[in-house]
Amino acid sequence: MKVTREELPEAVAEQLLAGLRLALVSAREDAKVFEVTYVFLGSNSDRVEVATEAPRQRPWLPTLAGLSYQAGRFERELHDLFGIVALDHPQPFRLVRHAHWPAGFYPLLRHAKTPNEFRGNTGFPFVEVAGKGVYEIPVGPVHAGLIEPGHFRFSVVGETIVRMYQRLYFVHRGVERLFIGRTVESGIELAERISGDTAIGHSLAYLMAVEDALGIVVGERARLIRALLLEFERLYNHVNDIGAILNDTGFAIANQQAGALREKLLRHNAHLTGHRLLRGALSLGGAELRAEPDLALVAETAQRVAQLAAVATSNSLVANRLNTTAVLAGEQAQRLGVLGYVARASGVGIDARADQPFVDLGPDFRVVTRADGDVRARFDVRVEEVAVSAAVIADLTGRIANRQAAAPTEPNPDRPAELAAGLGVVEAWRGTLVHRVEIDAGGKLRRVKVVDPSFCTWPGLPVALADVIVPDFPLANKSFNCSYAGNDL
Amino acid sequence: MIDSLVVVAVHVVFAVLLTPLLLGVMRTTRARLEGHVGGGVLQPWRDVIKLFGKEPLRAPGSTWVLTWAPLLLMTSSLVLLALVPLVSTLPLAQVPGDLFVVVSVLLLGTVALALLGLESGSAFGGMGSSRHMMFAALVEPTVLLSIYALSLPVGTSALAAIVAARSEDLATIANPVSILALVALVIVVIAETGRLPVDNPSTHLELTMVHEAMILESGGRDLGWLEFGSWLRLTALLGLTVNLAVPWGVAPDAAWQNLAIGLAASTVKILVAGSILAAVEVFIAKLRLFRVPELLAGSFVLAFLSVSASYLVF
Repeated sequence: MKVTREELPEAVAEQLLAGLRLALVSAREDAKVFEVTYVFLGSNSDRVEVATEAPRQRPWLPTLAGLSYQAGRFERELHDLFGIVALDHPQPFRLVRHAHWPAGFYPLLRHAKTPNEFRGNTGFPFVEVAGKGVYEIPVGPVHAGLIEPGHFRFSVVGETIVRMYQRLYFVHRGVERLFIGRTVESGIELAERISGDTAIGHSLAYLMAVEDALGIVVGERARLIRALLLEFERLYNHVNDIGAILNDTGFAIANQQAGALREKLLRHNAHLTGHRLLRGALSLGGAELRAEPDLALVAETAQRVAQLAAVATSNSLVANRLNTTAVLAGEQAQRLGVLGYVARASGVGIDARADQPFVDLGPDFRVVTRADGDVRARFDVRVEEVAVSAAVIADLTGRIANRQAAAPTEPNPDRPAELAAGLGVVEAWRGTLVHRVEIDAGGKLRRVKVVDPSFCTWPGLPVALADVIVPDFPLANKSFNCSYAGNDL
Repeated sequence: MIDSLVVVAVHVVFAVLLTPLLLGVMRTTRARLEGHVGGGVLQPWRDVIKLFGKEPLRAPGSTWVLTWAPLLLMTSSLVLLALVPLVSTLPLAQVPGDLFVVVSVLLLGTVALALLGLESGSAFGGMGSSRHMMFAALVEPTVLLSIYALSLPVGTSALAAIVAARSEDLATIANPVSILALVALVIVVIAETGRLPVDNPSTHLELTMVHEAMILESGGRDLGWLEFGSWLRLTALLGLTVNLAVPWGVAPDAAWQNLAIGLAASTVKILVAGSILAAVEVFIAKLRLFRVPELLAGSFVLAFLSVSASYLVF
């Protein structure tokens, strides 16, 4: 659907009222105009695209921030990367750009040249919370542990957090720019490296977007294998998170046990695909395994994880730290538009495996939800999802074995007749991951827009921190475990 | 006089040699129980030697506090060791090994650490200092009260005399007064030395730290003094507690045979107590910060009950 920019708010409101959510906003620079596409996803494989144009001379669009919180964030990103202004935006602050970016440098414009030196100093102050006894704690971007960079500014009274502001984009590598001009095949390895722990999620979303654009039909066996690898990725990451959350309560022995389980899964990944992080298994129109999945290992892992979680949560000291900490209420989760296990732990049953399925996951699949929205709920959702994933893996493995490898198809039509666009939606382990790809007539990538679930989930963290004490922040942060690399791109 | 000096020298040398080993044993115990190999029992020795070989880096704008606080902490720990009856209960001729003196010396080190945390000017240091002082304010009364309860039957507040009297009379150990006071003492020793569930010595999370937050900005020799000084406090408090609980083997004088027996007994007792402490840590998590005062208030109540009970028992 194509609308003028004046009609845009009405068209968007119509989709939102129909119960769809804004999942992605992508802009492309043409000779005279910016073409901006708004992608909406529904719960019944519904996908709607609303496109509009803004002239390059006066690139403004009406703001949608009043309609959807996420729209306001997409608009800020759009401004920082393309210079497209959202008129009357209630929060016209920078998102991607740091203070040292030179004024007028918009990296996704075709003629943008990366400056040799980033010398700008336009200032980017933090809101100061005034009042008796309020003090600030700046944390990061370099942390004491081996984690990604992000800056957190706490305004604190005593030990209680009054306000937390997070500044990200320290690992902005210009990934979307790196896609431009690549061939479709060489985009796969780039997608695998967007966020190291989501190699399958990102490369699968990318490939599905490309296949959608080029009209490639993927055989059932390949789709089953893709779903299987997605579950293996979920499995090792959830096991890691379960250990890490417990480690942050000081219960280090659980982390040791989870670490051992994770290592076995990583070695199994290497056995399965040749790479511990599952890289290199997917290809355009296909997916292949090097070996049969070891179902005994998967079943044993699921059983050990359940045992570990039961031991940990029956320890009253551990349970006391997890329960009622950092609550994200269901309504807040809904209105902020958070995704993945964070949303499901707050009672919002959003899961692309159910909403936008690309293969039947069998009778064992179910969407796991909890109602409390605290650290314990996010922990429990992961624990139960491990069990669900293990069951789904067993089911998928049986079905893969029954299907012959597809006969080699004729060469794929990797050159569209004209500019072609496609969408890929995948439930990666952190949540719904969306890629939108545009391929020009020469078969080269013209624009790849990536929306990692972390982009939508990060804003939930400061909200959940209301009335949380400072020493509980690491635990709350770990239970969200949003990606920095996937968000910063 | 000479005997007293010998005892002080033995105490200090013994503690300095034993302390890194104690830390090594505790860390190895915990590592093995958790299922990994660990750095070995000598790793704290290697760490300390490494730190003392490095020049300290001090932030521009920092003052003499950064230089002197580590030394003050170290000195207070050494004085503490001289006063606590670790190996021999021979009372010191000049300095009273009095419980009030011991608590004051302990507090001196606490204040030095807190000032050091504030000195760096970073938010973490101030946060650590504030939490540290909150705990200290709750810990010190319990230390006083619980040892006071133990001193009542003996009739003196000198620690050496209390330990000596307890080793002679089993009835002073196996009674409710003594047990309540010792439980209270164990809890405050855990809090004072920053162990689980009060503080997590092995965390990398700045925002949850107490002790580690105060020493974040120190490095090289400064950090060496701070680490070693804090470890010595652990030895002193742990040694005092085990010698109050199990007073046998402690030398009554400065005769070399008795000192040898005392050294062997104290080594075994302290290392075993440390291992037990570390083993318990494996099975517990860190308390939420605002639950710590509840734990410490609980220990104060135990100490208070112990004092009350002592009037009924004796």
